[in-house]
Amino acid sequence: MTSQSTTLRTPKVSRRKVLAGGAALGTGLALGFHVPALAKAPEGFRPMAKAAGTEVNAWVVVGTDETVTIRIARTEMGQGTLTGLAQLVAEELNCDWKKVRTEYPTPGQNLARKRVWHDFSTGGSRGIRGSQDYVRKGGAMAREMLIQAAATQWKVPVAECKAVGGAVVHEASKRKLTYGKLAVAASKLEPPKDVKLKDPKDWTIAGKPLKRLDTTDKLTGKQLYGVDIKLPGMLNAAIKDAPVIGTPVKSYDESKVLSMPGVKKVVKVNATTVAVVAETWWQAKKALDALPVVYEDTPNAKVTSADIAARLREGLDAKEAFVGNKNGDALAAIAGAAKKVEAIYATPFLHHACMEPMNATALVTANKCEVWSPTQNGEGSLAAASEASGLPLDKCEVYKMPPGGGFGRRGRQDYVTQAVTIAKQMPGTPIKLIWSREEDMMHGYNRPITQCKLTAGLDAQGNLVGFHARISGPSIVAYQNPSVLQGGGDIRMFQGFWADPGEAQIGYTIPNLLVEHAQRATHVPVGPWRGVNTNQNAVYLECFMDEVAKAAGKDPLAFRRALMGNHPKHLGVLNAVAEKAGWGKPLPAGVHRGIAQHMGYGSYSAAVAEVSVDNRGRVKVHRMVLGVDCGVAVNPDQIAAQVEGSVALGLGAAMYQELTVKDGKVVETNFDTYEIMRLAAFPRVETVVVQSGGFWGGVGEPTICVAAPSVLNAIHAAIGRPVRSLPLKNVDLRSA
Amino acid sequence: MAKLNVNGKPLDVKVDDDTPLLWVLREQLGMTGTKYGCGVAQCGACSVHLNGEVQRSCAIPVGSLQATNKIVTIEGLSRDGSHPVQKAWATVDVPQCGYCQSGQIMAAAALLKKTPKPTDTDIDAAMTNICRCGTYQRIRAAVHLAAKGGGKSGASTAQKKA
Ligand code: FES
Ligand code: FES
Repeated sequence: MTSQSTTLRTPKVSRRKVLAGGAALGTGLALGFHVPALAKAPEGFRPMAKAAGTEVNAWVVVGTDETVTIRIARTEMGQGTLTGLAQLVAEELNCDWKKVRTEYPTPGQNLARKRVWHDFSTGGSRGIRGSQDYVRKGGAMAREMLIQAAATQWKVPVAECKAVGGAVVHEASKRKLTYGKLAVAASKLEPPKDVKLKDPKDWTIAGKPLKRLDTTDKLTGKQLYGVDIKLPGMLNAAIKDAPVIGTPVKSYDESKVLSMPGVKKVVKVNATTVAVVAETWWQAKKALDALPVVYEDTPNAKVTSADIAARLREGLDAKEAFVGNKNGDALAAIAGAAKKVEAIYATPFLHHACMEPMNATALVTANKCEVWSPTQNGEGSLAAASEASGLPLDKCEVYKMPPGGGFGRRGRQDYVTQAVTIAKQMPGTPIKLIWSREEDMMHGYNRPITQCKLTAGLDAQGNLVGFHARISGPSIVAYQNPSVLQGGGDIRMFQGFWADPGEAQIGYTIPNLLVEHAQRATHVPVGPWRGVNTNQNAVYLECFMDEVAKAAGKDPLAFRRALMGNHPKHLGVLNAVAEKAGWGKPLPAGVHRGIAQHMGYGSYSAAVAEVSVDNRGRVKVHRMVLGVDCGVAVNPDQIAAQVEGSVALGLGAAMYQELTVKDGKVVETNFDTYEIMRLAAFPRVETVVVQSGGFWGGVGEPTICVAAPSVLNAIHAAIGRPVRSLPLKNVDLRSA
Repeated sequence: MAKLNVNGKPLDVKVDDDTPLLWVLREQLGMTGTKYGCGVAQCGACSVHLNGEVQRSCAIPVGSLQATNKIVTIEGLSRDGSHPVQKAWATVDVPQCGYCQSGQIMAAAALLKKTPKPTDTDIDAAMTNICRCGTYQRIRAAVHLAAKGGGKSGASTAQKKA
């Protein structure tokens, strides 16, 4: 039984109760404000930490009605972090899970309280692993304070009291006080200096496959997203950045659109961008489409995908490259090897295509800037609001809206900057900026296109004696944050190839190894895309491993195992999926298996895919078994949900997607040309959660990188030749 | 000016005829449960029922509708989340970000009305909406569950369908 099921069973009662108590409910926060049947943002809709009750500490608010509101600093964008973090706090707090609510503090509240809620940024699969320690301590400290409050009231030793299910009990005297009755006294106590956290093996709330806390409103249309905001007097904006990326606007003729229905203003947002503000968004978009804009000429207008491919190709053999991992002398070992294997792989630019297009709402006055932002980084939105409005941080505020998908895209604040810039030109009027899907597709921060040249040497017995990988392509860090480049290089380019353990270590011990990156930038913006470089690197490494195993005349699993003796956790998850999938056991005629493993975000992942390819070259993925060892599992069902989601995103990309460039513009501007995996193509997915314990790995991203290579290796097995470039839709897969 | 019938209510809306139904629902009528995803009838986030059939409202100019056309949106599917599809969705814990789910639920409800016991092939053919979070396996399970009349709204109370 979960609070989810409780609220569903008695929606009206709980809602009324919430209203009466004035409590706000995190993502369900909108609940208390709902006008029946319509999800309208009420006047003054400003979601923040304001639950009714007593704040025992920054993480825990207890109401007189025994509700426990847990503050969540990280963003919930579908990945389940909100529920997982609440489970961790509730576990230490020993409260009643059915009484748990959640709410987001705002970035402004965090600033005013000296970042008591720590980091808001939600990326790199750090939502739980990056905050588990302090949120659990928050729950445990609140529990200790509640126990102390009861002990003081009863005048008994603390050691004789314990906390169970939202109350403190003193067994000897059979006395009991609920948290709701203790909260005020507890909140006045000095927090304990230190608390002992529970061993995960003793957990009863965390570690369990509990239902999500934020589902109810997503089933009725009541969940309010950024695009749904409606504020009194609000106007809507549609926006257009230069189709040829990075091209300044020369002129535009606003007289052509100012008399169109509803149109209020045409705004130059920055050097390359114009927007139309109108009463409704549809009116704004129609006017924007009709607005004549003339752009400067730039060299970007000559760039095509073929130019970019040639530039990357040159990097594969260029003299200069940044070394990411090196041991022994790979080039000499390969030169002297009995057998040499070489291949060039390529993966395209990819777009996030979040279901909810980019948007933000801003209200700027002379001394205040407020932003409603669907963001993965609330504090980033706050900084962007301050910069764009010219107001100090403490005169700005950001209300985090639950993003309709993030996948890395919503770590950027470009849409916040735009909304504030427009709103600043119309002081006192709230402006909701929504990007069209076309705008969204043409102005993303895309997964970098890369190519990789791989070379391996085998000795006469088929042992791998040398391995060389040269990656060529743009670096995200160089594009977005060049000041953190290390020695001129971007170490994240090598995710899954690292020598160091703990985050993204290569799982093979190879006597002579060299992994390098030749940075080749383009004019196309790049950014982190769920899994970031583990995606490309796992395709390169794992598909090439199958090529090398084949050259050595060995089974792909056996070949890998022989190299993994020093990497028991990598091997453990590989073995787990192999066993669950029945590696080596007979399959129906025409069905073939592929396997892959990789590490990223502090977790170990592996997959086995069962695939058939028909005589017209059409691929059918029947079944996939994916395993992840994230050390400690906070909610196994949500881990499974993330694994399933990673297959849709990772495999969908491998099958259909590429962002190409013609005349400097993005070619694929909507889902008719940027195809997304749909239900019919989704394989049966089985998830194995390996919990080897003792560490906290990420969950949202780790498994995405093994989805594509396991399927590609199965295709290799089916058609007898490797697939070295993606997406599959461009590759002739008919058997020779 | 358009005359519409939405969730059983006759409505007069002052709006240009070429405005897509999606934007009339969202902007003029304030029913924001129906979502914009692509605007070109590709993603299904904007799915509504039009005379009992699932339709993509971004591709329906409001001027093409008459007062006799019955439109049902997610807000009108049930008053309180008690439609069998909504209950099954809750039991299976389908949504991730949730943005596509209004459309998915409308598509599933239309499917089950026509085909009360759908096979996997029926589901493949009918459930073509995009979910970028990849909730497809749970959508399939929840459609089957709803077809069986399952989908409890509380773990201990097996409710009858509303
Ligand atoms: S918004 Fe209508 S189908 Fe995508
Ligand atoms: S749940 Fe996020 S798009 Fe479907």
